[in-house]
Amino acid sequence: MSSTAQEATAFTPSAETLGTVLARGDRPRRPSAWAASLTFGWRATLKIKHVPEQLFDVTAFPIIMTLMFTYLFGGALAGSTREYLQFFLPGIMVTSVVMITMYTGVGLNTDIEKGVFDRFRTLPVWRPAALVGMIFGDVLRYLLAATTIMVVGLILGFRPEGGVPGVLGGVALLIVFSFAFSWVWTMFGLLLRSEKSVMGVSMLVLFPLTFLSNVFVEPSTMPGWLQAFVAVNPITHLVTAIRSIMSGAPHMPALMWTLLASAALVAVFGTLTMRLYNRK
Amino acid sequence: MSPTAVETSGLVKTFGDNRAVDGVDLTVPAGTVYGLLGPNGAGKTTVVRMLATLLRPDGGRATVFGHDVVREADAVRSRVSLTGQYASVDEDLTGTENLVLLARLLGHSKPSARERATQLLAAFGLTDAADRQVKKYSGGMRRRIDIAASILNTPDLLFLDEPTTGLDPRSRSQVWEIVRAVVATGTTVLLTTQYLDEADQLAHRIAVIDHGRMIAEGTPGELKSSIGAGTVHVRLRDAEQRPAASLVLAEELGTTVQLEADPVALTARADASGSDRGAAEQASRALARLADAGIIVDDFALGQPSLDEVFLALTEEAAA
Repeated sequence: MSSTAQEATAFTPSAETLGTVLARGDRPRRPSAWAASLTFGWRATLKIKHVPEQLFDVTAFPIIMTLMFTYLFGGALAGSTREYLQFFLPGIMVTSVVMITMYTGVGLNTDIEKGVFDRFRTLPVWRPAALVGMIFGDVLRYLLAATTIMVVGLILGFRPEGGVPGVLGGVALLIVFSFAFSWVWTMFGLLLRSEKSVMGVSMLVLFPLTFLSNVFVEPSTMPGWLQAFVAVNPITHLVTAIRSIMSGAPHMPALMWTLLASAALVAVFGTLTMRLYNRK
Repeated sequence: MSPTAVETSGLVKTFGDNRAVDGVDLTVPAGTVYGLLGPNGAGKTTVVRMLATLLRPDGGRATVFGHDVVREADAVRSRVSLTGQYASVDEDLTGTENLVLLARLLGHSKPSARERATQLLAAFGLTDAADRQVKKYSGGMRRRIDIAASILNTPDLLFLDEPTTGLDPRSRSQVWEIVRAVVATGTTVLLTTQYLDEADQLAHRIAVIDHGRMIAEGTPGELKSSIGAGTVHVRLRDAEQRPAASLVLAEELGTTVQLEADPVALTARADASGSDRGAAEQASRALARLADAGIIVDDFALGQPSLDEVFLALTEEAAA
């Protein structure tokens, strides 16, 4: 504290040095949309570096989810946990990562209240860059969560037939979908007034979306109306696609549906987010 | 004819039922410091936010260097820079990281961004704090990193929203020095402030804002002479002499004299508007008259009118 006070007192602004740094040089060309987004992504990684505790939710939470459900349902649903894991692991990976996407909205909601966004919004850069970059940072978190679950799964006995390419392909598809899905939460992050309400809405959407799917059990035992919902739930298509890719035999319709759904999510929620962002 | 940096006509912004800005017409000549003076909630910040393209006006229009703030927002953004009321830097990042981040966003290459950051940190006396998170900075240092971030690409127009609110006197005068240096390079500065002396120190012209309306506009000199230049505070040794002192002051200054709660204190406004003498001269003559009358003065001060007094004077004027 005392050193801070001393520094502040020691400083005497000198018109000469200030004049030098203020000299009007040639202004650099404005960065491309991609470069600006990457720079905002760098900001997100710096924040992770300064506050590493925030990685708790992308490491501890997925591990607990995986262990909990594997041992809870494994014996009852598939005869053994090892047997269940072959079916269940891709699904719990999707569930965990999709649930983590809600922190994008929570983070934006707290971040936007701070003065720094005023500065970002007065910069002459591609408008969505600040948000795209933020989600780039979150994509790193999704990757970390997916990797954590995969490692836990492999330790517990998950043996995907698709091998390394299958696993990488499956994770890649999950990341693409999660990037797209994050725009739902940026919209809510800008729309809702508090962090708590963003959390509330996220839970309301995420629980039915992830549980009413083919993540935990085969839908064939469900009542007809529920099967109808499960069949249109994008999470079902995503899980089907990832399971098939990891098992080495990609299910093309599910893959296409997932990519289409991702494009639609960005188009609709990305646009809504930018409208709100510009009006904020 | 000097070019115009900012021009607004009939600018309006409403939040629900509240007309935060209610028809403001401003003209800010390029290369000058323009002060928006007013109390909290007067609408100063809202005006600045509209000009900085952060808020859309609900009525009227505003241009910055001839570009409309709504239709040509991008052109406006490439000419302006904003230092908000609350730190407009990322508090989780270090000083260097903040400046490098913004320099990169303004198009500097990595080496050039680093060089620029180092240069600015040195010029703002923050080299020792370069690798510390901004949230650990003192108030004055925070302001400086904030202003440094605003002048990365020396802007043509710099908005400073209450740049010295909450700062200690030392940090305050540092900010003033910085503002003077910025203006000397040709940048136009639009600053908001609650302090009359700050506007007086820095601004070439001042607009006084209250309840979203502009109630006065002019050079500091014009405003002061229109409201009386200052307040004379006198403390006597002997409370019994107060009635006599009050008479002398009233006669010499030509205004009503206020008797303070403290039985030896008197306050009077030195109104220079109706006189060919300055306030200081009036006050010194009043002091001499008190001495002539055998009244012992223990303490004496000529203060600038406070913002309260300015508003009182201006609103009285408006009502009359």
